[in-house]
Amino acid sequence: MRRTLTFVAFLLVVGAIWESLVAMGAWREVLLPRPTRVLGWLAESLADGTLVTATLVTARRLFTGYAIGVVVGLPLGVLAARFRVLRDSLGVVALGLQTLPSVCWVPMALLWFGQTEAAMLFVVVMGTTWSLLLATEAGVRGLPPVYLRAARTMGSRGFHTILHVLLPAAFPAIVSGLKQGWAFAWRSLMAAEIFVTILTGFGLGHLLHYGRELHAMDQVLGVMAVIVSVGLLAEHLLFGPAERWLRIRFGLGG
Amino acid sequence: MLTEPRTDASAAATVSAELALAAPTRLSIRGVSKSFAGRRGPVQALAGIDLDVAEGQFLCLLGPSGCGKSTLLALVAGLDFPDCGEIHTDGHRVTGPGRDRMVMFQESALFPWRTALGNVLFGLELKPGLTRAARREVARYYLDLVGLTRFAHAAIHELSGGMRQRVALARALAPNPSVLLMDEPFGALDAMTREKLYGDLQAIWSQRRKTILFVTHNVREACVLADRVAVMSPHPGRIVQVFDVALPRPRDINSERVAALASRITATLAGSLPTETRR
Ligand SMILES: Nc1ncnc2c1ncn2[C@@H]1O[C@H](COP(=O)(O)OP(=O)(O)OP(=O)(O)O)[C@@H](O)[C@H]1O
Ligand SMILES: [Mg+2]
Repeated sequence: MRRTLTFVAFLLVVGAIWESLVAMGAWREVLLPRPTRVLGWLAESLADGTLVTATLVTARRLFTGYAIGVVVGLPLGVLAARFRVLRDSLGVVALGLQTLPSVCWVPMALLWFGQTEAAMLFVVVMGTTWSLLLATEAGVRGLPPVYLRAARTMGSRGFHTILHVLLPAAFPAIVSGLKQGWAFAWRSLMAAEIFVTILTGFGLGHLLHYGRELHAMDQVLGVMAVIVSVGLLAEHLLFGPAERWLRIRFGLGG
Repeated sequence: MLTEPRTDASAAATVSAELALAAPTRLSIRGVSKSFAGRRGPVQALAGIDLDVAEGQFLCLLGPSGCGKSTLLALVAGLDFPDCGEIHTDGHRVTGPGRDRMVMFQESALFPWRTALGNVLFGLELKPGLTRAARREVARYYLDLVGLTRFAHAAIHELSGGMRQRVALARALAPNPSVLLMDEPFGALDAMTREKLYGDLQAIWSQRRKTILFVTHNVREACVLADRVAVMSPHPGRIVQVFDVALPRPRDINSERVAALASRITATLAGSLPTETRR
């Protein structure tokens, strides 16, 4: 609460200084418009619906792609931790692909899927899967073996062990993998949206791109502000509860 | 409306059946050997172990580090298999883990993602035929037994070392095993906490009648707790001698009789050590 107040105060001060500098003619507004103009653009495009539509389009791509990435990456991570063959094959591939910035998938996605939703999803999925797979694998493999031995003496086997021992025990590692995957997904989607026009829907990235084409710096700044807010909000909503739980249960700091 | 009292009654029946004493088991270990592939050739961890633990008996395995105590416990637990020899509980050959043999591990094996109660519930959740309510009641019974009623919902990291070992004990007791395998459960605790736990463990043991195989390298601890003390020597792990401890209970760790027995056992231990240094 205190932090929020401090931050709002900081924003107001910076905004006021910025506003008065522009009013004094310190630079041309084509390059950097005054904050009130940016707010004006935000209000306008909120009212006419373009901003809401674009945000929804982007959010849908992000969440669908992320969900697919999680559904693929998490089980593969567990399997790679359990089976040497998978670790030495798929694990190595993941290690390589994880270093590949996921925008690099865009050309291939376009060739395969054309300018469609599928192409966007593909890029997001590629951004999520590999880092999550690696984090899960490392998390599961780093577990103290005594957890598994204890579970076995109490009658836990196979799927029960994975669900009730491996995954919860590796949860701290998995959460950081999920966060990293999320960051990659979000960045790669924005890059992809700025990079290519997708015929099936205009996302925030496109709005940003056209802001540049129209030399509308108020739009560019406004969209950037929305992108930051979406990122912060999603991180808060998605990972806030998980991290709180980790702190209470595992006693992990942070 | 009508079925309600009936399910209550049957739930109560399952709980009391669950809490009924499990008949203690006779444990017999015959000619058990075990070696591991070490980096410099095979390591003979156990060689020709013969040991019998009578129904409801408290036996301490005593020996220096590396003499194969944990290995033997793992074999009895069914977590690992002997190279040769056999282990039987009441005439049934051990071929894997079973709810009749519960383990308290040397290192902390509590699940940090579960509360104290959640840890005690783990084994019960895997036991068929128990309703959710019945499981919780049974788990609470064991938390009461170890004196942690008020800490049922505590996270593991919030508990002291002694409290954690109490939770581990409750978790091992909850599936109502007939054999309890305890691997240096109090090794990491301070002397005062340990002495308190000796008393509590003996009270619980006399109340729940378990056959207990208890690993330690603390001679006094063995003398306070055990009916019999099996002294082991390392390289390879063997049983050197078995002492009967015929002292009345409850025993005081500072009493003269405990001290006298302890020094006799210590002498045996010391006598078995040169074989290691001469190796
Ligand atoms: N998985 C394993 N792989 C290789 N060697 C092992 C393994 N487990 C045990 N050993 C070896 O077997 C011997 C007995 O080990 P064990 O853990 O049973 O000793 P311990 O009596 O429990 O010792 P401590 O009192 O230190 O716990 C040791 O020499 C150890 O190095
Ligand atoms: Mg040991």
